[in-house]
Amino acid sequence: MSRQSSRAPDPRKVNGELFTLTYGALVAQLLKDYEDDDEVNRQLEKMGYNIGVRLIEDFLARSNVSRCNDFRETADQIAKVAFKMYLGVTPVVSNWSAAGDEFSLLIENNPLTDFVELPDGHTDLNYSNLLCGALKGAMEMVQMEVDVKFVQDQLKGDNITELRLKFIRRLEDAVPAGED
Amino acid sequence: MAQLSDAVLFEYLHIEIVGYIHRCADENEKDHCIAKLESLGFRVGQSLVERFTRESTRFKDELDTMKFICKDFWNSVYRKQIDNLRTNHQGVYVLQDNKFRFLTQISNGKQYMDVAPKFLAFPCGMIRGALANLGVNSVVTAEVSAMPACKFQIQIQRT
Repeated sequence: MSRQSSRAPDPRKVNGELFTLTYGALVAQLLKDYEDDDEVNRQLEKMGYNIGVRLIEDFLARSNVSRCNDFRETADQIAKVAFKMYLGVTPVVSNWSAAGDEFSLLIENNPLTDFVELPDGHTDLNYSNLLCGALKGAMEMVQMEVDVKFVQDQLKGDNITELRLKFIRRLEDAVPAGED
Repeated sequence: MAQLSDAVLFEYLHIEIVGYIHRCADENEKDHCIAKLESLGFRVGQSLVERFTRESTRFKDELDTMKFICKDFWNSVYRKQIDNLRTNHQGVYVLQDNKFRFLTQISNGKQYMDVAPKFLAFPCGMIRGALANLGVNSVVTAEVSAMPACKFQIQIQRT
């Protein structure tokens, strides 16, 4: 049955497309629900946050990484292990601030935007804002408060997609979200 | 093209979508939420199946299409196959999944039966969307009698 085998898609590949397409449908729905791009960004970040909070456990369970000694090590783990594991890409860590508390992740092929073209009039929309929220949520669960935002986005015609992460502070006594 | 590869992400994203749709609706708009989720699923199923079958030959008949949904489609989306497929040969198909992925995070038994529809609307839409793009119009409903088992009923619409 050669036909069967030619039909069966590679599950890994398809699963990626499934996520990308589902995410696209979500963003489209959000744009329908809110006309304001900023509000869409906020919603995406919030959902990302919730995902990140859960995802970190999965990450720690599967990646077997040990405690990071400094923020540089953390940056490497995010880029080389986490992004690789979940998004199949390895961003480049660069543009460190002098104080070593801020860096950029340069993403060449953002898989979230594989089938995406931004329509006119959405210059404020950060399509992949879910990533910011997910990073923030995940980092918070390992006692680090970080600020994450998009600096450049290939969807908007920039040469590369750049995420900027800034270390804010160490959270000493982690209080579960929503209970402080 | 870069490949994202993790099934966990899809699961978590689905949970967030369900949460979001219900967050921004009132108590009396429940049906509306289900419809919204269903149409999101439809959209995803439709575009997904287009990519799946790009290089495959035409399906022999309706049953062949259903088998594709039960095996390849289900496997790619939920990492397992449908456990049982039944049909009355008059346009009704029942797909049984004994351990439906989206229900495995909810405790077994009857306690949370009332939340099950929330998590089944999107999958129902996906099936309907996938079939629609393969030229089969249908109505898809889901039924849970004991978590995490679930039955999807597909009723072919012939007009």
